[in-house]
Amino acid sequence: MPTIARSLDEALAPIADGCVLAVPRESAGVPMAATRALIRRGIKRLHLIALPTSSLQADLLIGAGCIETLETSAVSLGEFGLAPRFTAAILASSITMKDATCPALHAAFQAAEKGVPFIPLRGLIGSDILAHRPDWRVIDNPFGNNDPIVLLPAIKPDFALFHAGMADRAGNVFIGRDRELLTMAHAAAHTIATVEALYDGNLMDDPALSAGTVPGFYVDTVAVAPRGAWPLPLLDHYPADGAHLAEYARLAATPEGFARYLDQYVHVQRAA
Amino acid sequence: MSTSSAPPDFLPEELLADAIIRLIGEVRHVAVGNASPIPALAALTLRERGGGKPYVSLLGSRRHMFFTDGGRELFDCAGQGRIDVFFLSGGEIDGEGNINLVSIGDYDQPKVRFPGSFGSGYLYYVVPKVILFRVEHSRRTLVPKVSFISAPGGNAENVHRTGGPIALVTNRCLFAFDQARRRFRLMSVHPGHSVEEVIENTGFDFDRPDAVPVTPAPSPDTLRLMRETVAPQLAEVYPQFAERVFGVKLTAGAL
Repeated sequence: MPTIARSLDEALAPIADGCVLAVPRESAGVPMAATRALIRRGIKRLHLIALPTSSLQADLLIGAGCIETLETSAVSLGEFGLAPRFTAAILASSITMKDATCPALHAAFQAAEKGVPFIPLRGLIGSDILAHRPDWRVIDNPFGNNDPIVLLPAIKPDFALFHAGMADRAGNVFIGRDRELLTMAHAAAHTIATVEALYDGNLMDDPALSAGTVPGFYVDTVAVAPRGAWPLPLLDHYPADGAHLAEYARLAATPEGFARYLDQYVHVQRAA
Repeated sequence: MSTSSAPPDFLPEELLADAIIRLIGEVRHVAVGNASPIPALAALTLRERGGGKPYVSLLGSRRHMFFTDGGRELFDCAGQGRIDVFFLSGGEIDGEGNINLVSIGDYDQPKVRFPGSFGSGYLYYVVPKVILFRVEHSRRTLVPKVSFISAPGGNAENVHRTGGPIALVTNRCLFAFDQARRRFRLMSVHPGHSVEEVIENTGFDFDRPDAVPVTPAPSPDTLRLMRETVAPQLAEVYPQFAERVFGVKLTAGAL
């Protein structure tokens, strides 16, 4: 049975140094309150897989020294420009980068949820993405004739961690249309979700809601974290906090400014 | 070339979006990816003009996105040939249509790092009309050979490839791309710019006709649609762009 954690820190406790952690893209429920809690705890050597891209979350974790390996298709602050700590870390070779392309990550998670060791994907041939991924292979399509195609190994993360609108007390988590969260939960060994609020009743009792729900069967722990995606958006709930993201982009441009950001917004727990 | 001294009554973003509208043509489904406000402006304007056609899928939007199967649906849809038009950019783009969204210099010790390849390593292969856009037209962005190929402009005959680049839009001009020859051809130069300037600022060779036309200005009807109807729609996904270009602020109702 999933647990409803008494605190964010309690929910995140199993996420240990060095584990493989999967998180979603900016518009699908990025667990920012949880990310700040992990940084406060001083988590180290994460292998972070952002499905399929990241923004503030990866940049913060990199800047705070929590990441050893990053596997994703892009890190950017979008309208607020390049992700400064990501860029600095790559230029200094201080993290290992596994560059991918978005559908390769989606497909590799789908392989894990099917329990198969690999999955084929079109595209990629002739790219330097493929050239720098010794873990990806090209075979001749066994059902075709002289038709090269890429094979990707399944991605089975230790943890999937995401933020959503609501969960019930049985640990069923409503994700609506953001169904890559369901794929993440299927693929990962363990799933931890933060939510805006608890839902009174059982999400599985309502056919409309249950169709957009990660069943508690796949969920280890739920924690309530109001505005838990802030300053990123939670679609259907609140938009991105543009003024804050602009301030982040300005501060994170230098190591000193980034340290000030951490002091101001991460190490001191923000009053709601 | 236009030598008129009167300032044009449209913005550069509006001219580029209008040019993109013509490149899209008659299609069923246009998808717009990350960091693509000008293509989004074009696609939504075309849909307004067409009374709801074509379908537009705007990544990051709730209102302008019909997908219900998560982030993968865009790619699955494209893999089946159900997306006709997509837009890609590049930190570098070369004369063979290769695009670089990753880095400059040695991959393991780069001099410059860009965000990453996004979906380009797949969508460039399977979307029939990929329109490249790179607003900054300079020898820094349009290079003889990219440092890193996020996606190649073409492939060997036996590689499954149902899509690729058809054009490149910049702040100075419009190029068409010949997929068989893997070469760009100058189609038109924007008002206030010249062929000489395009040659001077392009790092690769390209073909051009003897007389290069000027990119037509957007019509008053198109400009009205963009400013009055589409700009508020754009604010949902591109609030900074909508405010900077059109002075439109994101309101709670746009969520």
